[in-house]
Amino acid sequence: MSTQVPFTIEQFYKFLAEGKLMAAKCQKCGKIHLPPRPMCDNCYGQDFVWMEVSGKGKLLTYTTIHVAPQQFQSLVPYTVGIVELENGLKLPGMISGIPPEAVKIGMALKVEFKACDVGQTWPQWQRYCFKLT
Amino acid sequence: MGNQGLNGKPLVSIVSAGLSKFGKHEGLYARELFSYAAKEAFDRCPKLEPKRDVKAMFIGHMGEAYEHQGHTGSAVADWAGLLGVAATRTEAACASSGAALRSGIFAVLSGLADVVIVGGVEKMTHRSTSEVTEYLAMASDYPFEQFHGITFPGLFALMATAHMNAYGTTQEQMAKVAVKNHHNASLNPKAHLQKEITVDKVMESKMVAWPFKMYDCSLITDGASCVVLAKPELAAKYTDQPVHIVGSGQASDTIGLYERKSLTSLQATKTAAKTAYDMAAVSPAQVQVAEVHDCFTYAELMAYEDLGFCPVGESGALIDSGETCLGGRLPVNTSGGLKAKGHPVGATGTAQVYEIYLQLTGQAEKRQVKDAKLGLTHNVGGSGATATVHLYRSDA
Ligand SMILES: [Zn+2]
Repeated sequence: MSTQVPFTIEQFYKFLAEGKLMAAKCQKCGKIHLPPRPMCDNCYGQDFVWMEVSGKGKLLTYTTIHVAPQQFQSLVPYTVGIVELENGLKLPGMISGIPPEAVKIGMALKVEFKACDVGQTWPQWQRYCFKLT
Repeated sequence: MGNQGLNGKPLVSIVSAGLSKFGKHEGLYARELFSYAAKEAFDRCPKLEPKRDVKAMFIGHMGEAYEHQGHTGSAVADWAGLLGVAATRTEAACASSGAALRSGIFAVLSGLADVVIVGGVEKMTHRSTSEVTEYLAMASDYPFEQFHGITFPGLFALMATAHMNAYGTTQEQMAKVAVKNHHNASLNPKAHLQKEITVDKVMESKMVAWPFKMYDCSLITDGASCVVLAKPELAAKYTDQPVHIVGSGQASDTIGLYERKSLTSLQATKTAAKTAYDMAAVSPAQVQVAEVHDCFTYAELMAYEDLGFCPVGESGALIDSGETCLGGRLPVNTSGGLKAKGHPVGATGTAQVYEIYLQLTGQAEKRQVKDAKLGLTHNVGGSGATATVHLYRSDA
């Protein structure tokens, strides 16, 4: 992976659009960042390398949202959660394709790209969501 | 070991405080609303000559979006009759006026100002629920939380679900927080909702973000709060009943909930509390009355644990015990809390100070905690990316 590619949130979403879940590993101290950052908060290093991480993980917690901002009202009720991926990395997102009452802490989920789309003017990022493995 | 070795020495003294009625204030702008809080604080302290004595103002205000109005510090200073004073808005989401209080303490302790006003204001009720939901969500992480439809109640619900799973905490235990705080608000003429509710009423109310129902959530409210701080050596010049701030802590955490090590506690609260307790040289067991950040019912339970009022995982048992009710060992949110007094976000932190000021000066009327000498306030911003904790002592 080229080191010319910036280690930014924007770039994280560009990779997502390519179907890749990417984290940034600090070359100086080894900390893995997801989302990536321009500077390591642990050692202040700026020398990173991209690494693809597995989109598989387990559900740490969840909620089902009934009162939503305008943009998401057509999806209500929808379930969101925080998933722990490999390396202890965590990612929040919508959980789709599972009835709210069947969602359980600890269940195995995987990231699915190009899903859970809602209209948005800015930023026009590729969305992801979590589905059953 | 005592932070800075202060050991309970007053950092600053509160010589007066004011609070607008909390509720729906149709046709009033934030700056107008604040003048009601300032007026009460001025009236309560006749020896204060505001134009002569007040050297700086720090005003908590969270959102420009509500009134399409930023730059609130100066606008509020003008409407409070303090045109010309150094006035600054502080913003730390729902902890905006907790942060204003910290700024005021910095100003007085530094010696740059002998008397300062700290306070806060928010005008929210003229907007629709979905607009307010969106504005409040701005205090959370945009690219990974808001972008995926996670709301503010949703973030605290994620923590509540994790706590239920880890410790067996129940929705009924959370509901009891709402019942307690509504009871306290029924005794507070300035509260937004002054009516009692039952656990059943909470359980049957409309779902907002599972496990939170409508009655698990704080209110969208208009309100303003104002506190006058003076250098401790000058306090006697203004009042016979000063309340001293003896501990002050503030801490930050990741803006995104998902990046935190714990989903059932707030590290920022724990850090801020340790700083404040060490500075004041007191233990959690010595606190006699507390106003904690109950933006959602679970948030109050989490605060019990993070502030050391009970061991980790036992906050459900603590609410069951009744010890945090009026008349209990440690009454919490005697004002009615954010839950029932109301949560005009920018005003909340110093509104908590107002209640503790009343309690420690024996002015809390039907809500008075007998012989209260040591109080605590706890103000949280966002889903816990900011927390402030303060400790108060009266000499009387
Ligand atoms: Zn590093």
